[in-house]
Amino acid sequence: MTVTSNRSAPTDAPLGNPAQKRAGNLLKTRELGIVLALAILVAYTAIDNPRFLSGQSIRDNLLNTAILAVMATGQAVVVITRNIDLSVGSVLGLSAFTVATMMSNNQDLPMIVAILAGLAVGAVAGLLNGVLVRYGKVPALVVTLGTLYIYRGITYSWAGGSQVNADELPRHFLTFANDNLLGIPWLVLIALIVVGAGSLMMRNYRVGRELYAMGSSPAAAELAGIKVARNLLGAFVLSGALAGLAGVLYAARFGTVDAAAGNGYELNVVAAVVVGGVAVFGGSGTVWGAALGALLLTVIGSALAVLDINQFWQQAIVGALIILAICADRLVAVRIGRSLRKRDAHV
Amino acid sequence: MLRSPRTLLSVTSAALLVAGLTACGGTTKDSNTNSGSGTQASAAADPNAALKEGLKIAFLPKQLNNPYSDVETGGGKVAVGELKGEYKLVGPNDASASSQVSYINTLIQQQQDVIVVAANDPNAVCPSLNQARAAKIKVITFDSDASKDCRDAFINQATTQGIGESLAKMALEQAGSDGGEIAVLSATPNATNQNSWIEVMKKELEKPDYAKLKLVKVAYGNDDDQKSFQEAQGLLQSYPNLKVIVAPTTVGIAAAARYISSSSYKGKVAVTGLGLPNQMREYVKDNTVTKFALWNPADIGYLAAYAGAAMASGQITGAEGEKFKAGKLGEYTIGANGEIVLGPPTEFTKENIDQFNF
Amino acid sequence: MSDTRPAWRSRLTGWDTIIAVLTVLVLIIASFSVENFGTSRNFTFMVLDLLPIILIALPMTMIIVTGEIDLSVASTLGLTSSMMGWLWNQGLSIETIIPLCVVIGAICGVVNGFLITGLGLPSLAVTIGTLALYRGLAFVVLGDGAVADFPWNYTGWVTGTIGDGAVPNVLILIVALAVIFGIVQHATPFGRSLYAIGANAQAAHFSGIRVARTKFWLYVVSGAVAGLVGVLWTLRYSSARADNGAGLELAVVAAVLLGGVSIFGGKGSLPGVLAGVVLLTALQNALRLEDVSGQALNIVTGSLLVLSVLLPNITTAVRGNWHRRKLRQAAAR
Repeated sequence: MTVTSNRSAPTDAPLGNPAQKRAGNLLKTRELGIVLALAILVAYTAIDNPRFLSGQSIRDNLLNTAILAVMATGQAVVVITRNIDLSVGSVLGLSAFTVATMMSNNQDLPMIVAILAGLAVGAVAGLLNGVLVRYGKVPALVVTLGTLYIYRGITYSWAGGSQVNADELPRHFLTFANDNLLGIPWLVLIALIVVGAGSLMMRNYRVGRELYAMGSSPAAAELAGIKVARNLLGAFVLSGALAGLAGVLYAARFGTVDAAAGNGYELNVVAAVVVGGVAVFGGSGTVWGAALGALLLTVIGSALAVLDINQFWQQAIVGALIILAICADRLVAVRIGRSLRKRDAHV
Repeated sequence: MLRSPRTLLSVTSAALLVAGLTACGGTTKDSNTNSGSGTQASAAADPNAALKEGLKIAFLPKQLNNPYSDVETGGGKVAVGELKGEYKLVGPNDASASSQVSYINTLIQQQQDVIVVAANDPNAVCPSLNQARAAKIKVITFDSDASKDCRDAFINQATTQGIGESLAKMALEQAGSDGGEIAVLSATPNATNQNSWIEVMKKELEKPDYAKLKLVKVAYGNDDDQKSFQEAQGLLQSYPNLKVIVAPTTVGIAAAARYISSSSYKGKVAVTGLGLPNQMREYVKDNTVTKFALWNPADIGYLAAYAGAAMASGQITGAEGEKFKAGKLGEYTIGANGEIVLGPPTEFTKENIDQFNF
Repeated sequence: MSDTRPAWRSRLTGWDTIIAVLTVLVLIIASFSVENFGTSRNFTFMVLDLLPIILIALPMTMIIVTGEIDLSVASTLGLTSSMMGWLWNQGLSIETIIPLCVVIGAICGVVNGFLITGLGLPSLAVTIGTLALYRGLAFVVLGDGAVADFPWNYTGWVTGTIGDGAVPNVLILIVALAVIFGIVQHATPFGRSLYAIGANAQAAHFSGIRVARTKFWLYVVSGAVAGLVGVLWTLRYSSARADNGAGLELAVVAAVLLGGVSIFGGKGSLPGVLAGVVLLTALQNALRLEDVSGQALNIVTGSLLVLSVLLPNITTAVRGNWHRRKLRQAAAR
């Protein structure tokens, strides 16, 4: 395969090729860097306040990460194809309000229906994005900026000033966020499944490799016979559906849903993806890196509260982190480029 | 690129030089006397004037999708109906100061008779409110006051003293006879209402009755559900011996109660403060919360509408000591600085909460 | 991106005309059918409402024409507003603070420009980062507080009108800056070089245009203008707050794209952008006077944004089909 650029997928670098192996290692260090940063942060905070490592605290952090990680998974896939989905925050709001209204009107509906409804709402929203990008030939940034307004506007017009309160929602829906399976909260379990399945798809399946190829060189991917249209629609539908799922999780976790739910989330999600090592120009990065990015951003937030550092620093730190992350990516890319050139020279 | 930093340096230094030169003899904070208030020459009040019908009364809450504001403005709607006026409700989707200004401007254009507004920022709305008053529109503030010199009257939900004392009293009841550590989960660090209540509460805590209570931290959830939720988490992690969280804001108390009810702290940490019965019902019934308080928000909107109508009809001008009748609520007297106090807060418990629906 | 030159030129004029006609139509219909829309006071309010968007859109147009983007503008605005309040509390004179704030904005632009042109990082990612960074710093400077006691002669000037007539003072500023930016963009070699960079940066580089330097200075100017708007915003609401202008970046980008500027760079005109800003503001104002909620406007803004790119694409495609069919018919014959 000459078209699917291998630098995107670190795992399959042939062992015999030192240059590629080094490239793979470099990429590995990219995710390792986040893990390291996370470890240092947790260690420092835990020394200051050991309760940061208590069961309840770890559980809280994982619960808070779950929603962001689910959305980051979809966003990572879209960004890898050299596109972007800015409408995810609005899709979350639309789905959360739809599902909350539905559940408050039909108290007996099982949880699985709520999840499916959220996925469906999100998938439809994502499909519209995908169709406009692919067949309308409108850039993804423009389409999803537009639908960011449109989906939010629809939610606002529909909800008016109204709000769904916790006491209107069925009990089983609310307890879902806190119930456990084998000691792991459902919310976290769902996030783990989503991130795991996403990583597997992008790493080990043909469609995943095709998505990387599309991001590396859209024109070449088309010429190589990849079904670009189908894959692109799929990526947007996935991102939308996962934002819809995040909406259900949001409603279950927070209990109170109004039309502003998830307002401004798109920037957090993009930040998580970028910090997690997915390049905005597509073709590189991993889903689980994006999920790690989400975890890091969440832990920073709660560590600041525990360390009693002025909360106002949080946003500034996140901003600095994003810039640091893209600088690191740039460095990695330059070094890989150099090593690849060297290899080509030998051949 | 090579030359640009140097050019930039020269531009910057030139600008700084200009700035430095003008620094001598400019307008500074100290020399500044703000003479921009649009005080009107108020006509004399005629207490016997009849209430006019068909008055256009517009409500502008802090933001639209806030259940608390909805209840307040709902009360206003009832009052405007009784007054046979035209009711209007407008407002921004976000509680930002600047977005309210555009709505005030629109209301001026539409020539309303009364604007009833809850200010997101006491000063940012001032120029516009004064333009409204110059256009003979009466301005009543409720919920959150604007600067004194840009409104005609302020409906105060309860006296600051009364609420602060009530918060301290509820905290002591919840902590029990042994006392212990308490924390406050407030709205934003610059929220006028919350800050003044917390001040009074702190003074109360200095009294010997409250010697066993120790206020360890005032945290801020910014009246944002998720932020308040996370701040509640942070409090419990930082202060393992915490007995009570006092949240003098409806968003904060609901978020704190939701967190406690779903965590291992349930039953060990009490939540109290100011909350809406509908939002809190679930947590009162599952025993996370045993007591909280609030005034009736619908009455605030109701009283504001009557005060506005009385003013537009010439019964009152906003001066201290003037009296007017506010429908079912009875007679009110305007206090110092144009303040009208609604009355004492109601306390809600498991026994009485089902009698309230707001 | 790979369109031929005449094609994009005709498309550009097409959308420019459509948006201008649409704007005029909205203004005329609103003046006749919406009560109080055509009054001089409403005109003042409208000018004040469009002031921040239109000023920031001027350099933003140039940046997008070169194929880059600056999402940090609203946060720069917030940071300068915070700094303005903080400096005022330190006892500096307002005459010192105002130029200082413009410089602070420019420094924010320098940071963006350096990261993008100096290190070669993608502008979208960089400015999303600085969006969070500058807004965060704004909160660090002023916290959640507000500074409000700015001198009346300055706050009054921003909200006032010339000789208490119908023309707002700030309109002079808007017109002056719009004329300067318009001339630079459309009547100078520098302006033309922006289009060359946007169409093909590499080709522009080899034809002797200093691509990196040009982009760097565009970011500095963008920051400085955002700083100036931060000052004007603070004075208009006489309230310095860290959250001032939050979310404005999307409104500005929407207005620029609505005005017919391509997000891929290389095409678009300033008059089109100005029409786009006026259209959005007038619609918003008219709908509000008609008691239509701002929520409905979200839908209108979003749809217009998508349509602004979609419609020209569709017409091109239809025209292309028609052309091909004619060729085929000719060949068959």
